[in-house]
Amino acid sequence: MTMRYVGLFSGLFLLIVGVGLFMGSPFTVRLMVEAFAFALIAMGLNIQWGFGGLFNFGILGMLMLGGFGVTFISYPVNEAFWVSNGPAMLGLTLLAAVAGAAMIILAHNVQRVGITGKWRGMVIVLAWFVAYILFRSQMDPAASYIISQSGWVGGLGLPVLLGWAFGGLLAAGIGFFVGKVSLGLRTDYLAIATIGIAEILRAVIKNVEWLTRGTLTVSPIPWPVPNPQTFQSWGYDPASSFIYARLGFLLVVVGVVVVALFLIHRAYNGPWGRMMRAIRDNHVAAGSMGKDVTRRQLELFVFGSALMGIGGAILVSFVGIYDPSSYQPIHHTFVIWVMLIVGGAGNNFGALLGGLLIYIVWMLSEPLAQALFQTLSNFSSDMGWGAIPDISSRSVQMRVFVLGLVITVALRFAPKGLLPEFVRRHD
Amino acid sequence: MNELVFFFNQVVIGGVVLGSIYALGAVGITLIFGILRFAHFAHGDMMTLGGFITFILAAIVAGFGIAFPLPTGFVVLPLAMGIAAVLALGIDKGFYAPLRARGAKPVTLLIASIGVTMMIQGLIRLFFGSSTRSFFDGEPKKLIRIDLPFEGVTRPISFTEPQLLLVVLTAIAVIALHYFLTRSRLGKGMRAMADNADLARVSGINTRLVVRVTWVIAGALACMAGAMLALDVSLKPDLAFNILLPIFAAAIVGGLGHAYGAIAGGFLLGFAETLAVFNWAVLLRPFRAALPDWFEIPGSLALVQSEYKLTVAFIILVVVLLVRPTGIFKGAST
Repeated sequence: MTMRYVGLFSGLFLLIVGVGLFMGSPFTVRLMVEAFAFALIAMGLNIQWGFGGLFNFGILGMLMLGGFGVTFISYPVNEAFWVSNGPAMLGLTLLAAVAGAAMIILAHNVQRVGITGKWRGMVIVLAWFVAYILFRSQMDPAASYIISQSGWVGGLGLPVLLGWAFGGLLAAGIGFFVGKVSLGLRTDYLAIATIGIAEILRAVIKNVEWLTRGTLTVSPIPWPVPNPQTFQSWGYDPASSFIYARLGFLLVVVGVVVVALFLIHRAYNGPWGRMMRAIRDNHVAAGSMGKDVTRRQLELFVFGSALMGIGGAILVSFVGIYDPSSYQPIHHTFVIWVMLIVGGAGNNFGALLGGLLIYIVWMLSEPLAQALFQTLSNFSSDMGWGAIPDISSRSVQMRVFVLGLVITVALRFAPKGLLPEFVRRHD
Repeated sequence: MNELVFFFNQVVIGGVVLGSIYALGAVGITLIFGILRFAHFAHGDMMTLGGFITFILAAIVAGFGIAFPLPTGFVVLPLAMGIAAVLALGIDKGFYAPLRARGAKPVTLLIASIGVTMMIQGLIRLFFGSSTRSFFDGEPKKLIRIDLPFEGVTRPISFTEPQLLLVVLTAIAVIALHYFLTRSRLGKGMRAMADNADLARVSGINTRLVVRVTWVIAGALACMAGAMLALDVSLKPDLAFNILLPIFAAAIVGGLGHAYGAIAGGFLLGFAETLAVFNWAVLLRPFRAALPDWFEIPGSLALVQSEYKLTVAFIILVVVLLVRPTGIFKGAST
C-alpha cells in the first residue's frame, strides 16, 4: 500500500516536472496554484462524501460564496457608498428582514394558540408572503439607489488572508442552513436539492448588482503576497516577476493545504472520524448506539463547505477578478466530483492526488487536443480535404469530453479510486 | 379586454408551451427513475443531442430542395426520434449496464450519468462549436394570429406554428403513453417493475426488455422535447442543460417514478414561472377609475423580477422536497 502512495505521488511529481519543461515555468506555477486550490476543494468534498456519504452537488454555490467573501473583505473601500444614504437604507432593509423573519417564526408557532392543521399551513404561507413583500418594499429602492449613487457597496479594504477566512466562514454559515434544510433527504434527492440551492445562490449573486456588481465583475482583487506588478516596480523583468509572484502565492496556498490536510487527517483517524464512518456505513446502527446522526452530518457538511469556501476564495483572489457569470456547474461542481472519485473517496491523500492530477489533465487536454487537431488539420489539408475550422475554440471543449471519459472509465474499472480508502481491520 | 388578451398570450400560452417541454423531459426522467432507480442527469444533454440530430436531418432534407407545408425540422422528427432511441440504448449498454451488472449503487450510476453528460456536451461542442443556430434560416417561422370577435379588442391572440405543433405533439405523446402503460402487456410490465422489480422478475416479466423499452421511450421523448424546444427558440449546445433542473423539479414535484405526476408537475412549473414573472400592474390599469386615489399603481407588480424566472422552479423544487419529498400527489415513494 505504501508503495502505491509513493509511486503515485512521485509519478505526479514527474508529470509536473514534465509539464514545467514543456509548457514553461510561469504556466506551470499558475497551474500548480490553481491545482492546489482545487485539491483543497476536493478535500472539502471528501469530508462530505468520503467521510459522511453526503451527496453535495452544490459545490459551485460554496465557491461563489467564498469568492464573494474575499472580494467583500479585501477590495478597497468605496467612499461614495459610505457617505451616501446607502448604509441607512440597507439598515432599514435589514430591519424589514428581521421583522419578516420574526413574523415567519411566530407563524410557525401558531399551534400554541390553538391554530392547527390546514389553518396553520395557511398562516405560514401568508406570513412568508407578507414578509417577502415587506422585504422587497425596502430592498428594491435601496438597491436602485445604491446602483445609481455609488455603483455598488465596495469592499472593506482588509487583509486578503482575512478575506479567505471570511469566505470559508460565509460558505460554512450558508452550508449550515443548506444542510439544516436538506440533510434529511435521501441521496439522489439530496443531490437535486443541493444543486437547486446552488442555482438559486448563483442567480442571486449574479443579480444583486448593488452587492457584487453582478455581471459587471470586480477587479483587481488584491493578493496576499506581492503581485507581479509590485515585483516589476522593484525592477524585475516581466517574465521573472510573474514566476516569483506566483511562487509566493503558491507557497501560501500549499501552506493552507498542508495545514488543512494535517487537521483533517488527524480528525479522520481520531474517534470523531471513526464515528463519522460508522454513521456513513450504517446510520441506523450508529443512531441506536446513541450518536446524533443528523447533527454529526450537519457538522460534516459545514466543515466541508468551509474548505470549499476557502478554496473558492483562493481561486478568485489568484485570478484577481470576481465574475459571478463565469461559474458553471461543469467547471465548478462536476470536475470536483471527478477529482474525488478518481483520487479515491474517503482517503484524504486520494482527494489531494485526485485534485492535483485531474486539474492538470483538465488544463492539459486543451493544448494536447489543439496539437492533435492541428496535426489532423495539416494532414487533411495535405490530402486536399481542407483544414479543420476553429481549432482553438473546439479544442477547449475537448477537456469536457476527456473528463467525462475519465470518470466513466474510473467508475467502471477502478470504482474505489487510485488511492482507495484504507480500512484497518482488527481481527 | 386587451389586457386580458395580453395576459392570455403571456401566461396561458407561455405556460402551456413551457409546461409541455418540461412534461416531455420529466416523463423520461421519471420513467428511468422508476425502472432503474437513479436520477439520470444526462437527460438534458440527450435532449440537446436530439435537437442536433433533428437539425442535421432537416439540413440534409433541405439540401435536397424538398419543401413541406410544415417546418422541415418537424417533418424529420420521427426519424430523429428513432436515431435518438438507438443512441439512448447504446449509452445504456456502454456506460450504465456494466455498472448495473456489477451491482453498483444508484449513486454510482448517478455519477456515471454526470460523466455521460460531460461527454455528450463535449462532443456536441466539438462538432458544432458553441454558436446559436436556428431551424428557420431557410424558411419563415409562421405566426398564427386569432382576432377575437369582441368589441374593443384590438390585440390578437398570437402564437407561433412550432408552439402549436409542440402542444399538439405533447398531447399525442401523453395519450399514447397512457394507453401504452395501461393497455399493453409491456406497459403493464413496466409499471409492475417500477413498483417492485424483484416481484416483477419472479412473475415472469422480461426485465431486460422492460429496461430497453424504457430507454427507447425516454430517448425518443427527450429527442422530441429537445427538437421542439429548439424549434420554438433556437438551437444552442447548452440548450437543455439549462432546463435540466426545472425538469428534475417537475419530476420531483409530481413524485419521482410517476409518469402522470411528471406531466402535471411540468405544467405546474411552467405556469408557476410565467405567473411569477407576469406584471400584474397591467391587469390593474383598466380599473384605474374604480380604485381609490391614494392607491398608485406601481410600474412593475411582478412577483419576482424576470432575471429570477428559472429560480422560481428551484424554489418550488426545494420547498416540495422539504415539505413533501414524495411529490404533491399521494403515492408511495420509490
